[in-house]
Amino acid sequence: MAFEPKIIGFLCNWCSYTGADLAGVSRIKSAPNVRVIRTMCSGRIDPAFVLKAFQLGADGVIVMGCHLGDCHYQEGNYKTIRRIPFLKRLIQGFGIDPRRLRLEWVSASEGDRFAQVVNEMTEEIRKLGPLSLHVHRDAQQPVLHQ
Amino acid sequence: MGKPTLALYWAASCGGCEIAVLDLHARILDVAAAFDIVFWPVALDFKYDDLRARDDQSIDLCLFNGSIRNSENAEIAHLLRAKAKTLVAFGSCALEGGIPGLANLTTKQDIWHYVYEESPSTVKLNGGVFPQTHSSMPEGAIEIPEMWETVKSLDQVIEVDYFVPGCPPQPERIWEVIEHIMSGRPLPSKGSVLGAGEKTCCDECPRERKEKKLKQFYRPFEIVPDPNLCLLDQGIVCMGPATRDGCGALCTKANMPCRGCYGPPPHVTDQGAKMVSALSSVIDAHDPQEIERILDQIADPMGTFYRFSLAHSILRRVEKP
Amino acid sequence: MKHIKIDPITRLEGHGKIDIFLDENGEVANTYFQIPELRGFEQFCVGRPVEELPRITTRICGVCPEAHHLASAKACDAVFQVDPPPTAKKLRQLLYNVFFAGDHTTHFYALGGPDFIVGPTAPAAERNILGVVRKVGLEVGGRVIEMRKRTQEVLKVLGGKQTHQVTSLPGGVSKGITAEEAAVIQQHCRWFVEFGKFTIQAFHDIVLKNQAYVDLILSEAFSHRTYYMGLVDDNNRVNFYDGKVRVVDPDGKEFARYSPAEYLDHISEHVEPWTYLKFPFLKKVGWKGLVDGKESGVYRATPLSRLNAADRMPTPLAQAEYEAMFTTLGGKPVHATLATHWARVIELLGAAEMALDLAQDPEITGTQIRTIPTRVPTEGVGTVEAPRGTLTHHYVTDEKGIVKKVNLIVGTTNNYAPISLSIGKAARGLIRKGSEVTEGTLNMIEMAFRAYDPCFGCATHALPGRQPFVVRIRDANGEILQEITR
Repeated sequence: MAFEPKIIGFLCNWCSYTGADLAGVSRIKSAPNVRVIRTMCSGRIDPAFVLKAFQLGADGVIVMGCHLGDCHYQEGNYKTIRRIPFLKRLIQGFGIDPRRLRLEWVSASEGDRFAQVVNEMTEEIRKLGPLSLHVHRDAQQPVLHQ
Repeated sequence: MGKPTLALYWAASCGGCEIAVLDLHARILDVAAAFDIVFWPVALDFKYDDLRARDDQSIDLCLFNGSIRNSENAEIAHLLRAKAKTLVAFGSCALEGGIPGLANLTTKQDIWHYVYEESPSTVKLNGGVFPQTHSSMPEGAIEIPEMWETVKSLDQVIEVDYFVPGCPPQPERIWEVIEHIMSGRPLPSKGSVLGAGEKTCCDECPRERKEKKLKQFYRPFEIVPDPNLCLLDQGIVCMGPATRDGCGALCTKANMPCRGCYGPPPHVTDQGAKMVSALSSVIDAHDPQEIERILDQIADPMGTFYRFSLAHSILRRVEKP
Repeated sequence: MKHIKIDPITRLEGHGKIDIFLDENGEVANTYFQIPELRGFEQFCVGRPVEELPRITTRICGVCPEAHHLASAKACDAVFQVDPPPTAKKLRQLLYNVFFAGDHTTHFYALGGPDFIVGPTAPAAERNILGVVRKVGLEVGGRVIEMRKRTQEVLKVLGGKQTHQVTSLPGGVSKGITAEEAAVIQQHCRWFVEFGKFTIQAFHDIVLKNQAYVDLILSEAFSHRTYYMGLVDDNNRVNFYDGKVRVVDPDGKEFARYSPAEYLDHISEHVEPWTYLKFPFLKKVGWKGLVDGKESGVYRATPLSRLNAADRMPTPLAQAEYEAMFTTLGGKPVHATLATHWARVIELLGAAEMALDLAQDPEITGTQIRTIPTRVPTEGVGTVEAPRGTLTHHYVTDEKGIVKKVNLIVGTTNNYAPISLSIGKAARGLIRKGSEVTEGTLNMIEMAFRAYDPCFGCATHALPGRQPFVVRIRDANGEILQEITR
């Protein structure tokens, strides 16, 4: 069976989730591989959520928020624009290809863009292949008995 | 009825937690008066066979320090879990892997290759000579433990009742914990952290904090910081915001940045992620290139943010190439 | 073949196990002293900023973190080719000498000392600090606690934390001391000198006035003719913090004298597959196996080695006792392993004297404590005498000061081969055809080990009366032939 990427998408409520909705309502076709989790703001994304997603088996994670200047909470996406590049360095430190984490601004009116981003990411992850981590494989190591 | 029994054990440890217990000074006599110490390899001559011979649950309290690096560490962890009623993960290594957990940034293979072949003082033998678990010597067979691929914390191997953080736990905090146990007063629910606070190191730090807008980071040797102002405000990466309090902010009082030895604050599972989040909030830039330039000045996020807690982080180790 | 196992080694720092094999005659065929663990500091320090290593390498040993902290700081200075201001160097040395005195106290009174002070064949229940107290007086226990308490207080002021110091970095130290703090430290140092004198006297009263103990010290079973290594200053006086590495041969003649940075010309490490620890040896003599003598590259780096390798102590009270020791034991060099205990108490007093001198130095309260490095970092070596032996940290970095390579030769590691020899020789001397292996025998074998390791002990503790110790002797089929309990 061909590899189907599992991608977790963290979408901010005001812009990108609405954009995703618009794509759906407009019947724009896009790959079904992104599982969407809605947060109020992209600034809500604790880097631990992203690491947890990888730990639980995601092959890729995409974070979507409002364009700079459009954040419903004024400053939330300014934190995101620093947090995600920083996090890419961290996951690279763990040996995970940083292309598996992506940040995109998608506005409420950009249904097309949402679909395009989802399709691009899915294809990129498909090329990178499934992500297998130590925490997926580790069972408690055997103990030498007497 | 005899005195309650106490055991102390060290796995992959440095001995600092033992020293911290000794730094109770005169109070160690109170401990010795209150408990019968039945196993403490550093100080007493009880051997592993003595431990194996004990009844299960016959040790009232066990303070276990050190991380799980090899099969012997794990075997004794299981043994002590069986023999002890209450088992405490004592110190950073037992709690979260500690400094030995930094080995999870590399591999056992790379460590062995360097130590037994490539180090400049090592005589590299033909074909490579590496430690063997079983060796057949002319007189008989001898054994050493197997070194595991990955360092683990104690609770990744057995069930742990309580956690006392710190590298090492500060003696005043150790006394509070032991005194509480000696008094017979009820302990918090199982799984709790003892001997530490519920806030972050920043709350104990006396330095003056202002609004943070960081455009530049410095390594500690590059500048002489103002002794009264927050180190992070001055551009020195300090783990205070992502570290549990309880130590008394000793390092920042000595003009050095916190490095996180008391582990993550309450409700934080990943110290590195928390530090990424905290620093991202206060970096003052929104141009992608400028952000990258500033991030380049933070040397070694992996080894700094996860200095003590890598083995207990969400991803636990670097993936082997 | 009978197989006796001691697992784990106890009343020592670290992990270890001993296997003793007896032949059909009941004599020792061979002994193996195995180190069962490796943590990999040399590898996982790669990629770290070099200035972090003085705080990471302290975790090699929580009993002598000061030694690693300062060897690392000196290596960092060398990497950056930066010279700390005089006050910074003196503050580091003050920290170090205070630590040295405290660490030797811990070992003498609670770890190796009890075997010696109380007696090697005394009941196991007596061989601990309680027995020491009964022998020398109740006051002593309180004084030992007080000594540790005072040294730890000073270390907290100078090092930030009393275990795992933080104040040294490339180019200096992060914190100075005020005149008030210096006055308090001076008071403590005077107390340390008195305690050192007291300890020397105790050693004389209990050990040296007892002919049986002197005979034990000089006995062949506890003696090796090896090379001896220690740091010396320009006048060949013992120096714990800085100087040249001096090696003398088993006859006491100078064999080598080199800058710490040249250690690779002199020291190599031999690998065996049955243990995780490597065996350092003198490169120019060569590895001849686990044997002693002039033709073998096995060398010792211990308090006794330092006194053998140097010409004198740098301070007067310690020097007087230095002379007394060599006069009593028949001249230099002294090969008797158990004499290490005597050398240790001499160093305790010497370190206290050095600390007092430094605490009274007017520069100790200076405000210039940092030199900011300006040169491109490359490579450097830092060496100190750890209480257990010569400690070397060697770092290579990239042009940003990120570590590319680390090599460490750690105090006790120097002594791995000699300790193995000592265990073997003691076992052979004590386990003879027809003799029964008693628990006293086993303890005396462990004594050969304990003389080398000053690192740990329960300095203050009233230990329980009962110290169960079980040894099972099995034949080749695993059947238990004899079980000894103490």
